[in-house]
Amino acid sequence: MGGFSDLWPPISLTLTLSLVTTVILLILGTPIAWWLARSKWAGRDVVGAIVSLPLVLPPTVLGFYLLLFLGPNGPGGLLAGLWGARTLAFSFPGLVIGSVVYSLPFMVQPLRNAFAAIGEEPLEAASCLGASSWQRFVRVALPLARPGYVTGAVMSFAHTVGEFGVVLMIGGNIPGRTKVLSISIYDYVERLEWEKAHLMALGMVIFAFIVIAVTMTIDRRTSAPS
Amino acid sequence: MKRLVLGGLMAGLAFVGSAHAETAGVAVAANFTAVAEQLAEAFKVETGHELTLSFGATGQLYTQVTQGAPFDVFLSADDERPTRAVEEGFGVEGTVFTYAIGALALYSTALDVSNGEEALKGDFSHIAIADPETAPYGRAAIETLTALGLYDGLSARVVTGENITQTLQFVESGNAELGFVAASQVVGKSSQWLVPEELHEPIRQDAVLLTHGETNEAAKAFIDYLKSPAATAVIEAAGYVVE
Repeated sequence: MGGFSDLWPPISLTLTLSLVTTVILLILGTPIAWWLARSKWAGRDVVGAIVSLPLVLPPTVLGFYLLLFLGPNGPGGLLAGLWGARTLAFSFPGLVIGSVVYSLPFMVQPLRNAFAAIGEEPLEAASCLGASSWQRFVRVALPLARPGYVTGAVMSFAHTVGEFGVVLMIGGNIPGRTKVLSISIYDYVERLEWEKAHLMALGMVIFAFIVIAVTMTIDRRTSAPS
Repeated sequence: MKRLVLGGLMAGLAFVGSAHAETAGVAVAANFTAVAEQLAEAFKVETGHELTLSFGATGQLYTQVTQGAPFDVFLSADDERPTRAVEEGFGVEGTVFTYAIGALALYSTALDVSNGEEALKGDFSHIAIADPETAPYGRAAIETLTALGLYDGLSARVVTGENITQTLQFVESGNAELGFVAASQVVGKSSQWLVPEELHEPIRQDAVLLTHGETNEAAKAFIDYLKSPAATAVIEAAGYVVE
């Protein structure tokens, strides 16, 4: 308490969490989005809908299921047993799992749109020139989908920074481990330490503004006629 | 014709409303949740007044009161905030009183905690407490651990519930093996240890009539009702002490 030195740990934790989540989502989101954009299978829309669920569900629903999923009676508890822990709740890995689920649509949606926008022609052309399917993906699809990757990464990162309800339910509010920025703002408000709440909240407003401005700039650049 | 009947009905309802039953908003500290619901029901039967209950950590509710939340009565889990409410002009002078004295319990669904001190020295990965800054039961938990000389060794394993009901939920869901909760929350449950009262400051839970409810008949009646033998019997049965 007292000084302002306790402002930094939640910020650095939040940035780490958002970074790890974004990297995992880039890896996880690519095959999902690629498949969603290219598949002709009838069940595709069902999968698409499942991926988009976190957009609509209240964080409390996710938090509730995650709590059971991560707990000693769920798969998370089994996994945690590998290194002698009992539950994945109240831990950084637990928050990462929650954030990945929570921000999944923010990565998959832009990627899917970007892949879909490429169309068949460039890929067929590459195929005619003798490119393998892996080469087509890496040398043609990835570069063409770059705006989608930038948007997806920015949105996933920002969405994870702004996460509150899920972390409140599965985090246990441990300083340095699960006490993220949004939770500590909430705490400062409840404790009537409004000076600190103001500082952090204002920082968030500026951050959100920058994110939105950057995203809009990217959008305009990529949609402008070349 | 239809409209006339409806109009008459509305007028009748409005009349009933003003003459007899009113509705009051009550901010209730989370540990008192179940008892407050029970009391509100009995209170309605007895007086016809309706209560709208809002639950939360004491600090959280008080912050809302200072920001003009439409609460008429505040059932705090401490004896600081109601007094402070009066000092800061949010509470009506002379209406503060202790409606219950709470007891702290160590509770578990995974371990045998009937010998609390042993259990606290034992092997577990998480112990849940309520946020000590906003929830008096959380503060009492810290005081207890400190009195037992165990706090420094355990602090890395402490997880904090936003209020006492979330703390209980952490234990019930099995994510924390044990936790300090209000004795009233775990009445009749098996593995628990009632914390001796000399280990922490008494948890005196005070109530206050808020200025928002100064002219609300339901709010004033509820304050009186809380002191009635019928209400104190319910409160005592729930594991609290009433003076």
